[in-house]
Amino acid sequence: MSGAEKTGGPMPLDVLVVDDSAAIRKILQRVLAQTELPLGTILEAGDGLEAIERLKANNIGLVLSDINMPNMDGIELLRKMRQNPQWKSIPVVMITTEGSQQKVMEAVDLGAAGYVRKPFTADQIKEKLAGLV
Amino acid sequence: MTREEMNTLVDKTVRSAVENVCGTMLGCEVVVGKTRQIGHPLQESDGVVALLGMAGPWVGTGALTCKPELACKLAGAFLLTEYDTVNDDVLDAVAELANMVIGNLKVAIEEEVGEMGLSTPTTIFGASFTTKIGGSEEWTLIPVEVCGGELLVQVCILPNDRGKANNRADLVGHMLVRG
Repeated sequence: MSGAEKTGGPMPLDVLVVDDSAAIRKILQRVLAQTELPLGTILEAGDGLEAIERLKANNIGLVLSDINMPNMDGIELLRKMRQNPQWKSIPVVMITTEGSQQKVMEAVDLGAAGYVRKPFTADQIKEKLAGLV
Repeated sequence: MTREEMNTLVDKTVRSAVENVCGTMLGCEVVVGKTRQIGHPLQESDGVVALLGMAGPWVGTGALTCKPELACKLAGAFLLTEYDTVNDDVLDAVAELANMVIGNLKVAIEEEVGEMGLSTPTTIFGASFTTKIGGSEEWTLIPVEVCGGELLVQVCILPNDRGKANNRADLVGHMLVRG
């Protein structure tokens, strides 16, 4: 039983971090571990295809995803998640250097819950997630 | 947009992006040196190079180059871990720094000229190798003092004579590496 369950607080959310950069995944792992948000297991994927596999095998409650990735990019991942009844309500925050207005609009149109541009600070990530968890 | 205007945009954007990326992600003091235009496309190197291609109405390459010792320091500051030798973590950290700097440049360029594509980074580590960007004739070179070493940011970008966006896969084909 988790701490949150013992105290009657919210169930911790398992988080999926999707980025082709292992460095960014490590940094996000560290940032997420330092938050006081009710987060559970933090899982990783290196691209959209791997993310789909993680989503199938786990009960993910929140996704942080890069856009520009090989094999399947973050926009396509978001599109596939929105088409799947099981995953369509999972909040997805895009974290990327792809800060163009077109990409922002595309992600927002597909239902992205937020957008953080690289480089980012830990506080920016925490602030963005605080409204979602 | 003329090539002179593009060079000015590259200079202004890269300087700002380097300061922002290093200040935010590394927590290091950054001193951006004097920009130079270099006319030769060849570059000999011992160390780490991270390359990204850009394509659209303009096409080109951005590169970050540094000695192995600085690559280890940059990765250490980025990941809060000490590195004595260049390994996958170090290469990945340098690649991500390049991705952020050149990614910010790509966004600034597309605000002026229209949609641009950005490749994923390619990193090279070794001794006495030469990189050549096919067809390039003018690079903007910006030296950066960071974490006790010199990081070179180099960008070559030219009008796309074909007048249409290239496929991302085309971009890696512009680079030759000679050992």
